[in-house]
Amino acid sequence: MQLPAYATKGLTKVYGEGRSAVHALRGVDLEIPAGEIVVLLGPSGSGKSTLLNIIGGLDRGTAGEVLFRDQRLHEMSDAELTRYRRDHVGFVFQFYNLMPSLTARENVELVTEIAADPMDPDEALSLVGLKERTDHFPAQLSGGEQQRVAIARAIAKQPDVLFCDEPTGALDSATGRSVLKVLADVNARLGSTVLMVTHASSQAQMADRVIHFADGNIGEIVENRNKLTPEQIAW
Amino acid sequence: MSPLDHKLLRDLWRVKGQAGAIGAVIAVGVLMLVMMTGLVASLSETRNAYYDRCRLADIFAPVARAPERLANRLAEIPGVSSAQTRVVGRALIDVPDQTLPVQAQAVSLPDRGRPALNDVFLTDGRLPASGRSDEILLLQSFATAHDLRPGDSLRATMNGARRSFDIVGLAQSPEFLYTTAPGELVPDDARFGVIWMGRSGLAAAYDMAGAFNEVLIGLARDASENAVLDEVDRVLAPYGGSGAYPLADQLSNRFVSEEISGLEAATVGVPPIFLAVAAFLLYIVIGRMVQSERQEIGLMKAFGYTNAEVGGHYFKLILAIATGGALAGCLGGIAAGRALISVYTDYYKFPFLVFQLDPASFATGVAVSILSASAGGLLVLRRVFALTPATAMSPPTPPNFTRTGRIGLSLNRFLDQPSRMVLRRLTRQPVRMAGSVIGIASGMALSVAMITIYAGFDRTIDLTFSVVDRSDVSVSFTHPISDKTLFELVRLSGVQRAEPVRNVGVVLRHGLKSHRGVLIGLPAAPELNRALDADLVPIPLPAHGVVLSDVLADMLGVSPGDTLEVDVREGRQPLLELPVAGTARTLLGSPAYMDMEALNRALREPRRISGAYLNIDAAQSDRIYAALQNMPTVAGVSVKSQARDAFVALMNQGAGAIRYVMGAIAFVITFGIVYNAARIALAERSRDLASLRVIGFSRAEAAFVLLGELAVVTVIALPVGALLGYYLSFGIAAGFSTDLYQIPAIFDPVSYGQATLVVVCAALISGWLVKRDLDRADLVEALKARE
Ligand SMILES: Nc1ncnc2c1ncn2[C@@H]1O[C@H](COP(=O)(O)OP(=O)(O)O)[C@@H](O)[C@H]1O
Ligand SMILES: [Mg+2]
Repeated sequence: MQLPAYATKGLTKVYGEGRSAVHALRGVDLEIPAGEIVVLLGPSGSGKSTLLNIIGGLDRGTAGEVLFRDQRLHEMSDAELTRYRRDHVGFVFQFYNLMPSLTARENVELVTEIAADPMDPDEALSLVGLKERTDHFPAQLSGGEQQRVAIARAIAKQPDVLFCDEPTGALDSATGRSVLKVLADVNARLGSTVLMVTHASSQAQMADRVIHFADGNIGEIVENRNKLTPEQIAW
Repeated sequence: MSPLDHKLLRDLWRVKGQAGAIGAVIAVGVLMLVMMTGLVASLSETRNAYYDRCRLADIFAPVARAPERLANRLAEIPGVSSAQTRVVGRALIDVPDQTLPVQAQAVSLPDRGRPALNDVFLTDGRLPASGRSDEILLLQSFATAHDLRPGDSLRATMNGARRSFDIVGLAQSPEFLYTTAPGELVPDDARFGVIWMGRSGLAAAYDMAGAFNEVLIGLARDASENAVLDEVDRVLAPYGGSGAYPLADQLSNRFVSEEISGLEAATVGVPPIFLAVAAFLLYIVIGRMVQSERQEIGLMKAFGYTNAEVGGHYFKLILAIATGGALAGCLGGIAAGRALISVYTDYYKFPFLVFQLDPASFATGVAVSILSASAGGLLVLRRVFALTPATAMSPPTPPNFTRTGRIGLSLNRFLDQPSRMVLRRLTRQPVRMAGSVIGIASGMALSVAMITIYAGFDRTIDLTFSVVDRSDVSVSFTHPISDKTLFELVRLSGVQRAEPVRNVGVVLRHGLKSHRGVLIGLPAAPELNRALDADLVPIPLPAHGVVLSDVLADMLGVSPGDTLEVDVREGRQPLLELPVAGTARTLLGSPAYMDMEALNRALREPRRISGAYLNIDAAQSDRIYAALQNMPTVAGVSVKSQARDAFVALMNQGAGAIRYVMGAIAFVITFGIVYNAARIALAERSRDLASLRVIGFSRAEAAFVLLGELAVVTVIALPVGALLGYYLSFGIAAGFSTDLYQIPAIFDPVSYGQATLVVVCAALISGWLVKRDLDRADLVEALKARE
C-alpha cells in the first residue's frame, strides 16, 4: 500500500504561555492518504488553520510528530522546511495574498522560478480561466480573479500537496464554485493531494474525506462515497 | 528578469519620494567627499607642480651682508644640490590715488639667465634686460589690484631713495602666493607688492655690490634638512645670519599648506556625519518597508524562498538606493570639484592647474555609503529572518491603544476626535516616533552646527579687530628705535592715543616642537592691542615670562609653568629661557606676548620700540598718513579697516568659503530628512486616512491627523536637535580652524533661531507636498492597498 501523504501523532500547539496560553491543537492523530481531496470542517477558532500551517511547513508544533511520506517534518531545520515547501507544497490563502506590485503572470512566475518541474505560467493562468488578464495587477482584478491567480500560482509548480485555507471564504457562490472546480481539476489531472479548510459544510460534498474539527482536535472522519463535482453542490 | 526584480523596480518606483530623499542625502554626502578630496588632491598636486616648475628652494637663509665668494662654500655643504644667492630689500611703492605708500619686497634676479632656485613664472611681458637697472618685473596680483601693466612706470622708494621704474613684465612666484607686509597677518593683494629686478641694479640700491643678503638652498634627494640648516647657520653666522629656515616655515608656503590641510580636515570630518545620517534614514525607511511587507515576506517564505533569497531581495533595494545616491554623488562631486577648483586656483594664484580626481575617493564614497546603508540594512534583515512564514502571514495585530484611554481620559474632554488620534498614535508607538524625532533632530543638528559656524566666523572677525586690538592704525618702523619716537606720533594732530610695541622675530622651542614667529612686547596695561584671557579680561603681563596664545601653547605642547626656549633672531641673537606665565585667547594668528620692558631687558636693548598702535580722528586720517610717510623711520602703516576687509575676504574665499557649500548641503539634507519623515507618515497612514474620508471626515480633517503628527514630532525634535547641534558644532568648528585663524563654536541664540526656522520651513514645505499627494489620492485605491 502507498504511504499516506501525511501522518501526525499527538500534535499539539500552544500559543503563548502561562495563564494566557491558547491550546490551538490538543494532540492531533491523523492520516491523510495521498491523492485525495480532504476537507477540514469546523467552527472558527477550532485550530484548522493552525493544523494546516504546521503540516504545510509554515509553522512548528509545540509537541508531537508530523510525517510527510517518510520525512519527519518536526525534526527538520528551517532550511529543510524551506526546501520541503519549495519542492512539494502549494498554498492558497483565504485573502489571496498576491504581491500587489507584481502582475498576475509575475505572481505565478514568483513560484515557477524556484520550482523543479513547473508548468508554463500562462498555462496555469489559462487553467483558471485568466488567460486574458495575465498582465493585470492585483488591484485591477476582482476578488474572485485574485483568488484564481492565487490558485494558478499554487498549481503552477505542480505540487504534490495543495493547501487551501478557506479559499472561497471571501467569494460569492458563483466565483467560489469556479475556484473549487479548478481545485478538483488539479486533483484529477495532476494527482495532487488537496487539503482544504472550510467552514461551509456544503463544500464537503466534493471531498473524498471529511475531517470534522472542534476545539483543537478531530471530532470524526467521514469518507465520502458519492463525491459531487463543484457544479453539483448546492451552496 | 525575475519576478522579484520586477517587484524591486516597482517598489522603488512606489517609494520614489523617500528613495529620492535618501538618495539625495547620500548623494550630497558623497558629493562633498569626492569634491573635497578632489579639491585637496588637485590643490596639492598643483602646488607641488608649481613648486617644481619654479624650483622653489628647500631652505631660505637671510643674512645681514655676506660676500659673494661664500656662495661656493654654501654649495659645497654635503646634502646641498644647489645654492642661489640674491639681494632682497624692503621698498615702498607710490600708488597714485592713495596717500599711504604700499609696502613691497624687492628681489634680485641674476643679471644673466634664470635663477637656479625660486624662478618666476612670467605671465605677461618679458624679463628685465641685463644691465638695465630701471626695468622691473611686478607681482601680477599686485599689478592687477592697481591696474598696472607692462609699459607703465612705477615710482618706488628703495633704501631711502625714490626712483622711477619701467614695468616690463608681470610675474607670479610660488614664494609669494600669499603676501603679507611685515607685521601684518592677513594677506592682501593690494597692500603688498613684489618687485624683481636685475641683481647688479638692486645690489647698487641696497649697497650690496659683491655681496648677498639671502641665500636659497636646494637639497639633494637624501639630504638631512636639519644638518644642512645647522651648517648653513654656521657658515653665515660671522656675516649676520639670522637663522636659516626650511620651506615648511616659509610664510607663503605655510599659509597655503594650512589652507589645504584645513580643507583636508573638513574633508575627513564632515562628510562622514552626512553619510551617517543617510544610513540612519535608510535604516528607518527599509525597516518600515519590511514591517509593512511582512505578509509578502511570509508569502515568499511559504513558497519556499530561503531567508537568503528574501533577505537578498530587500538588500538589493538598499543597494539600489545607496549606489544610486553614491553614483549621483560622484558625478556631482566631479562637477562641483571642477567648478570650485578653478575658483581656488585663482584664489591661490596658481598660474596653471593640475586637475586631479582622487579615484580612491570614489571608492571610499561608494563603499562608505553602501557599508553604512548595509549596516542599517542588516539590522532590518535580522527581522526578516526572524519572521516565520505563519506569523508573517497573519496581518499585524492592531497596536494596542487601550492604555491611552486612561491617560487621555481627562484630556479627552478638551480634544476632538482627530486630535485624539494624533495623540494616541504618538504615545502608543514610541519607537517609531522616536525614529522620526531622531531623524528630524539630526537635520536640526546639522542646521544648528552650520549656522553656528557662520556666527563663529563673524565672532572671529569681531574679536580680532574690535576686542583684542582696538587701534585704528598700526605703524611699523624700519628697525627698533628709541621710544621717544612715540612722542612724535602723539604730537601729530588727530592722533588720540599711541601705544608702543616691540616685535621681535624668534623661534620658540619646547622639546622637539618649535614655532617660528614673533614675540610681541606690550606696555603695561595697554588699551589698544591687548592679551585677553578666555573671558576676554586683559591679562596683566608678568615681569618675567611669556603669555602664549592658546593655539600656540597647543602647538608647542606647553602649559603655564613650563619653560620655553626662546631663540631670538635679531640683534645679538640671544638664547633665552623663559617661563610660560599664562595663555591668552586669540582667534587670529598665534601670537606670543611679553611685557615690553622685560623683553627689552632680556635683549639688553632698553627703551626700544619697533612699532606703535594708534587711535586717530578719522577726519584727519589723510593728513596723518602724509605725516607718517614723511617720517624716515616709518617702514609701513597698516589701516585696521583695510586689514579687516582683507581678513573677511580671506575667510570668504579660502578654505572658509567651503562653509557656504556645506551650508547648502546641510540644508538639502535637513529637507530630505523632514520630507522623508512626512512621506513615511503618509505611507503608513494612507489607509486609515482614506477610511476617515470614507466615513465623512473632510480633507482638512484627514490632513490634520497626518500633519498634526508631523508637527508634534517636529516640535519635539527641535530641542533635541539643538542639543545635538551644540556638540556637533565643536567638531565642525575644529574642522574649519586653521593655523592662521580659529573658528569658535559659540552658543548664539540667533543661530539657533535661524536653524529652527530652517527646520520649520522644511516641515511646512514637506507637509504641503504630502498634503497635496493626500488630496490627490484615490480613495478606493488607498483602501485596497495594503497598509
Ligand atoms: N499567532 C497566534 N497567537 C496566539 N493565538 C493564536 C495565534 N494564531 C491562532 N491563535 C489561536 O489559536 C486558536 C486556533 O486558531 P486557528 O487555527 O486560526 O483557527 P481556525 O483556523 O480554525 O479558525 C484560536 O483560538 C486563535 O485565537
Ligand atoms: Mg483559519
